[in-house]
Amino acid sequence: MIFDLLGVPPQALFGQLLLGLINGSFYALLSLGLAVIFGMLNIINFAHGAQYMLGAFCAYFLLQFAGINYWLALIIAPIVVGAFGIVLERLFLKHLYKLDHLYGLLLTFGIALILEGIFRRYFGSSGIPYSPPQLLTGGYNLGFMYLPKYRAWVVICSLTVCLLTWFMIEKTRLGAYLRAATENPTLVRAFGINVPRMITLTYGFGVGLAALAGVMAAPIYNVSPQMGASLIIVVFAVVVIGGMGSIMGAIVTGFSLGIIEGLTKVFFPQASNTVIFVIMVIVLLTRPAGLFGRTT
Amino acid sequence: MLDRTSGSLLEISDLQAWYGESHILHGATLHVNAGEVVTLLGRNGAGKTTTLKSVMGIVGKRTGSVRFEGRELINASSNAIARAGIAFCPEERGIFASLDVEENLMLPPQVRAGGLSREQIFDLFPNLRERLRSQGTKLSGGEQQMLAIGRILRTGARLLLLDEPTEGLAPVIIQQIGNTIRKLKEQGFTILLVEQNFRFASTVADRYYIMEHGKIVEQFANSELSKKLDTLHEYLGV
Repeated sequence: MIFDLLGVPPQALFGQLLLGLINGSFYALLSLGLAVIFGMLNIINFAHGAQYMLGAFCAYFLLQFAGINYWLALIIAPIVVGAFGIVLERLFLKHLYKLDHLYGLLLTFGIALILEGIFRRYFGSSGIPYSPPQLLTGGYNLGFMYLPKYRAWVVICSLTVCLLTWFMIEKTRLGAYLRAATENPTLVRAFGINVPRMITLTYGFGVGLAALAGVMAAPIYNVSPQMGASLIIVVFAVVVIGGMGSIMGAIVTGFSLGIIEGLTKVFFPQASNTVIFVIMVIVLLTRPAGLFGRTT
Repeated sequence: MLDRTSGSLLEISDLQAWYGESHILHGATLHVNAGEVVTLLGRNGAGKTTTLKSVMGIVGKRTGSVRFEGRELINASSNAIARAGIAFCPEERGIFASLDVEENLMLPPQVRAGGLSREQIFDLFPNLRERLRSQGTKLSGGEQQMLAIGRILRTGARLLLLDEPTEGLAPVIIQQIGNTIRKLKEQGFTILLVEQNFRFASTVADRYYIMEHGKIVEQFANSELSKKLDTLHEYLGV
């Protein structure tokens, strides 16, 4: 069999492939939110990791203090954190659109540091466990591997949300407004569309996506103040590879890089933590606008 | 006969406009009556485009008065101005590259009842019907101009601001645009046109204003055109 040729047991191969898909699910969801926000606001949202962490904590608080379960948290947390994003946009970000990208990056980086600092002060850095919902405990024995139900759910849910977002942006009237406003906000506004409100809601949506990823991550990675900081660096590499502002690019690159990272763990474990950054360097040298990016 | 300011569809008075530090309009005053085609003439940099953009609320800062159907719009946001019933077709046409032709056509929301239907727009511009699935910016210059005009006819806006619709187009296309403007006038649209191409303007306009240094310096009706040719040459250098 092919596995013997490769000298890798199939259990290990599929196990890492699944792990790669799980990581890829989060890369895709997060880089999608970043791409949506960057496209519309021209802001590199460095607070994305912190907002993902907020999503996870929101799910934890809902369960701990209100007894609200995972399924409802999946809906409530993105709305709550998205609303927090809307407040940030109205208070701070809206003043930065005419300035260099650097200002938005610095501001959101500061917001991320403050949020993570506050949560570390109260919750330490060890992480709090969050149990997966009853319905998704256990798993399936597929013969060649064991597939935990919750992980399968994460992959399917992330893929669905990503594709729905893509459909909404590329195929609907609302998406046409978004794409047009990304190109020429002044003209879209002169057609009678309230572009500033659309920008605010877009930021809320992008932040909501990060929070959704955070809720989904809670049962897998524990809820901890650092959970976003460690992930966001990789996600930015994913965004650079895929190209800023491309929706499908963010989705495809997110999943692919998760899988590539997983496979590297099998075949050359020493490189598994750096493979994404090596790819990023190669892409930057050969296609600076990213694999799916449009050169403007 | 045309000089009644009160009761005009659009009344602009003492309009001043700035882009950042540069002061472009220095008190422009003009009006457009319902059903008229009025053309703004003037050299490059005289403030014609800025006048249209100021009406639309897309300049840095503006003062004075812009009244549409008697309603003051000088402090309104550009989306509110569009919703009041004014539509703008920019000089650079503003066709969106990330939208196909149909999406470009359907983009401007309806602001009032009574806009043209898709079929009526295709009757005016048959080329568009064939190209609905093409990327907007893949169209020829002439087709892009038709799309740029076509899409604002759907909205129900009764006042159209057209900024140099003939710029860079072949004579046969210019003729088609001229026919379109005359048809639109027959259908009751009011049009404020900015043109460098005086010969084209003279085939569609009821009235002219000449701008210089951000002010209106001359106005006359189409019937006075032959008497005003010398003045025109002086101002436009044509």
